Amino acid sequence: MNLGQRFYLREVFSGLGLTAGHFFRNMGRHIAHSLGRRDARGAVTIQYPDERRRLAPRLRSLHRLVRREDGSPRCVACMMCETVCPARCIYIVADEHPNPEIEKVPSRFDIDLGKCVFCGYCVEACPEDAIRMDTGILEFSSYSRGGMIYSKDALLALEPAGPDGRPTSPVPIPADRRP
Amino acid sequence: MIADLGIVFGRVLFVMMFMLNLGGILTWVERKQSAIMQDRIGANRASIRIPLIGVRLRILGLLHPLADAIKMLTKEDFMPARADRFLFSLAPFVSVFFALVAFASIPFGNVLHAAGREIPLQAVTLNVGVLYVFAMLSLGVYGVMMAGWSSGNNFALLGGQRAAALMISAEIAIGASIIGVIMVYGSLDLQSIARAQGQLLWGWIPKWGILTQPLAFVLFLTAGIASTKRIPFDTPEGESEIIGYFVEYSGMKFGMFAMADFLETIVVAGMTTALFLGGWQVPYLVAGGFQFPWGATLALPPLVVTLLQVGSFVTKVVVMIFFLMLIRWTLPRFRYDQAMRLGWLALFPLSIANIVLTGLVLLVTRPA
Repeated sequence: MNLGQRFYLREVFSGLGLTAGHFFRNMGRHIAHSLGRRDARGAVTIQYPDERRRLAPRLRSLHRLVRREDGSPRCVACMMCETVCPARCIYIVADEHPNPEIEKVPSRFDIDLGKCVFCGYCVEACPEDAIRMDTGILEFSSYSRGGMIYSKDALLALEPAGPDGRPTSPVPIPADRRP
Repeated sequence: MIADLGIVFGRVLFVMMFMLNLGGILTWVERKQSAIMQDRIGANRASIRIPLIGVRLRILGLLHPLADAIKMLTKEDFMPARADRFLFSLAPFVSVFFALVAFASIPFGNVLHAAGREIPLQAVTLNVGVLYVFAMLSLGVYGVMMAGWSSGNNFALLGGQRAAALMISAEIAIGASIIGVIMVYGSLDLQSIARAQGQLLWGWIPKWGILTQPLAFVLFLTAGIASTKRIPFDTPEGESEIIGYFVEYSGMKFGMFAMADFLETIVVAGMTTALFLGGWQVPYLVAGGFQFPWGATLALPPLVVTLLQVGSFVTKVVVMIFFLMLIRWTLPRFRYDQAMRLGWLALFPLSIANIVLTGLVLLVTRPA
């Protein structure tokens, strides 16, 4: 340290100048904001439940099962996703499809979100484009482990996120949270 | 007789309300000011729902002090099994009491002439006001030491011991730095010091303490911050890392220690105002109105003059508190030995040098 720094007082004032500068700049922006200048922001805070950040289009959010035109799942129960899943969170039970053109259909398709690591390998592995992670839904929590298991019907009901990245389908409520 | 009693009561009530309300609001100021300094928003979620309309009132987070008070009062009031029951309960009261009464002799205005009476705008008129304030500020540390000792906790005891050591190093510097001001204005009475600061230097500069005693101002402010036990001198507390004297306290007793810190901040701001920033003086305002050095005058009724003076005092105190908060949220904590060294090897010798310097200047300039 040189003499000026050892004397301390000069450094104190330069520090106070920095923080006071922040204070008055942000205060001015807060006042401008309250006077109607909506683009003036005095803080970098995003007040989360009220305000939401724009999500990236490639973000991997809650899975959904893609439907055919008649509403049945596009999934053919080939077990690719179940095999590739590093967290082993997918559980599929195959069944015969009534249409002879299509080989199989899942009678059960469960994803345990408590185990899922959101790697997106299932989406990559799927030969039928039957599973996607584009719902934009990030909030899923439950009071029990069982509540984290999402079944076929819940996953089929989900829609892709809108152009702004917001979810378009209602956030599914786990079984153990229903009143 | 009744009227005299009422006037005394009113003066005390004004200072009491000023201290207590400002102390409560300071918790909000601390949160919001630090938030704005750090590009954050700060506490703003506490709300009251107005019945029938259903509107949620937030008013910039001003309800947080209220929510805090409710929380503190309804929390469990825990006392360790090995604590000294009497002293443990007494300690927070001692802390808050001395912080509260310290403001009593700080004048918030000149004399008010009303209904044929002369009402000094000061809770208590003391001719040793300076000594009184410092005595009360020093006694406040007894509450802290009491808390540290009576908790029956070694960490609390160490915290109390740190508080005592810090307070001694700070008090010496406070007392010594103030001597220069007393020498310049020739009085121990805060009211006459404030009055003397209304004089003009070379006919146009107000003779405020910060101009006549700039070194004493810096020394007093530094030592004053140390006596409030807040960052950068918060080694007695050090909530997050080094466990202070109030580890064992919970609920409102803990709240009272936190409150005492804020009250001491107000006292230090008030003392700085009274001694260095001209007290209740407004530049060029005399009893009859404004008298500017270029000859212009503006006559004002006495009541307006008094209101201006009280307003000026409150404004100066608030600005000083802002500055103290700015320091608290800018500087990192001094280590224990650094704080001691600053007190004994920097502030104290500089205060003595200031006394000698002031004496020499007074000897030269003042006609014998």
